[in-house]
Amino acid sequence: MSKTTKPGPGQAKFSGTDRYVATEDLTTAVNAAVTLGRPILIKGEPGTGKTQLAEEIGRGLDRPLLQWHIKSTTKAQQGLYEYDAVARLRDSQLGDERVHDIKNYIIRGPLWEAFEQDQQPVLLIDEIDKADIEFPNDLLRELDRMEFYVYETHETIVARYRPIIVITSNNEKELPDAFLRRCFFHYIRFPDAETMAEIVEVHYPGLKKELLSAALEAFYGLREVPGLKKKPSTSELLDWLKLLLAEDIPPEALRSDDRRKTLPPLHGALLKNEQDIHLFERLIFLHQREGR
Amino acid sequence: MLIEFFYLLRRGGLKVSLTEFLTLLEALKQGLARYSINEFYYLSRSALVKDEALYDRFDQVFAAHFKGIEQVFGPQGAEIPDEWLRQQFDRVFSDEEMALMEAMDWDELMETLRKRLEEQKEEHHGGNKWIGTGGTSPFGSGGYNPAGIRIGPGGGQRSGVKVWDKREYRNLDDSLELGTRNLKVALRRLRKFARQGAAEELDLPGTIDSTARNAGFLDLKMVPERHNAIKVLLFLDVGGSMDDHVRACEELFSAAKTEFKHLEYFYFHNCVYEGVWKDNRRRHTEKTPLMDVLHKYAHDYKLILVGDATMSPFEITYAGGSVEHLNEAPGATWLKRLLDTYPKAIWLNPEPQKRWDYTPSVRLINELMEERMFPLTISGLEQGMRELL
Repeated sequence: MSKTTKPGPGQAKFSGTDRYVATEDLTTAVNAAVTLGRPILIKGEPGTGKTQLAEEIGRGLDRPLLQWHIKSTTKAQQGLYEYDAVARLRDSQLGDERVHDIKNYIIRGPLWEAFEQDQQPVLLIDEIDKADIEFPNDLLRELDRMEFYVYETHETIVARYRPIIVITSNNEKELPDAFLRRCFFHYIRFPDAETMAEIVEVHYPGLKKELLSAALEAFYGLREVPGLKKKPSTSELLDWLKLLLAEDIPPEALRSDDRRKTLPPLHGALLKNEQDIHLFERLIFLHQREGR
Repeated sequence: MLIEFFYLLRRGGLKVSLTEFLTLLEALKQGLARYSINEFYYLSRSALVKDEALYDRFDQVFAAHFKGIEQVFGPQGAEIPDEWLRQQFDRVFSDEEMALMEAMDWDELMETLRKRLEEQKEEHHGGNKWIGTGGTSPFGSGGYNPAGIRIGPGGGQRSGVKVWDKREYRNLDDSLELGTRNLKVALRRLRKFARQGAAEELDLPGTIDSTARNAGFLDLKMVPERHNAIKVLLFLDVGGSMDDHVRACEELFSAAKTEFKHLEYFYFHNCVYEGVWKDNRRRHTEKTPLMDVLHKYAHDYKLILVGDATMSPFEITYAGGSVEHLNEAPGATWLKRLLDTYPKAIWLNPEPQKRWDYTPSVRLINELMEERMFPLTISGLEQGMRELL
């Protein structure tokens, strides 16, 4: 580990925020990563709040948040800096004075921005698995030493404070071992009913007890249905609750007896796959036939 | 104490590196996880385990080490997967023992096990017939029958359920069988050869870029041509024991779709006959004649058949041998036609290679394939890909 960079001053502990429920295992992992200045890799089902975690760490510890969203075409170099050669070519043709200083054409990437912050920032590298398979390997040294070299200007950029790096992955590609060794790792499990009630409480305080329990029952029942292509996730539950509130659906409409006969109201927020809806309709049909 | 834990983890099949172990020690030195074993558990897990599929193993090792109970990790402690009937046998008996075992005994044992499972409706502990714990029945956990089959977590007394004992991640443990993991590696191999090629062509963006960097003087750049012309025709065996493997194959090959110019897949059951299908739900109504496939896709397609090739030999060699319909031409003929049309072909078999010799139909298929059957393992896939190249 580089001696030139210090971890951020004052080891504040992250313990969730007023709008994010963090379980004990999650806070332990996050605090370990913050204390040691290592990146933390977060995996989990879609919609379990992976991306939001970075935001909330920033809020909880009162640190600025920088985001780097990865696409399939993203290169590791873009996180450091880019050299806008075409702009320089144009300027040289037009005789612009700026052309003599190459610094004018170096565009900083999110990692550089994070290294230059006046206090320890939170850097989110979102969905790292979307990038090319070599992407994580290209960042090994930068994440390890928290420094990199700019060839065009011959300078080394060193992080003033080791940023808290939160990396999320949806498991689309496997990440290289060398990369994993340098990270802390946490898998966000799908929350159990108890935690889920807490999460809902955070988002919709004062939600009527009956509605909540009826909705959760319907929700977990839906997740239990075998063969669903895409199980509804936390964020979808929250959306659905919002709709239920907006439409003022009474809790009775969600009770499981009814649910067997029909799809839950406003199911479009929960089931996003045509095949899943068909499957569900077939199940209901079978059930009705049996009931007769 | 912790060094022992480190080696225990490695023996338990977790590839924990020294760097990660030192990270954990550093974290402990910094005073993280000072007050509770739970915190220590979470901390060590997040520092040492980098794959949720391995969480379950970690839980087992952790329990074994920190509670001094019987070591429950390892092949026997593996939790019941969907097709565990078969797999439990695989684990308990070595390949030699399996070979020695007469077919009759095997079936009998399987049948008994299956029956008991059907009969048994509730948890059971003790006794000598039901599946449960602490009994003398050949099935169950913590029992005394030497030939017994262990189901579920091991014996030993335990007091109170701890986090790691709940073993909530056991569904994620995929390292017990061939599957996703090895297939992912296969993908990388395919990708490698999909990118090969030596021809040179003008790199237009590269030329513009380097010309600009060169302050306007033309600087030509050449790149090797991206030879991405691999076309793959994939035939997957569905039904019975194949289902689990197939789903993994399918997902991965469709993920690989971008790597190939074309990837076409079809399903068959046990052996290829005159019709194959694309949608399992409509397999009886929407069949594609194999002849059409042969005519539609050119000879330069690479043919990959995935199946366990385990069936009655009649299904291959005789007309009318299919278990599902009355086939006019034997499966062997259709397989031959496929192979004649696509010279570059392999058969991938998820069954372990050691067991191939005991199944006549596997031998038969392998002969038809001209010995181009490969196990669905890393090395098998490597050989297979070389064969396809």
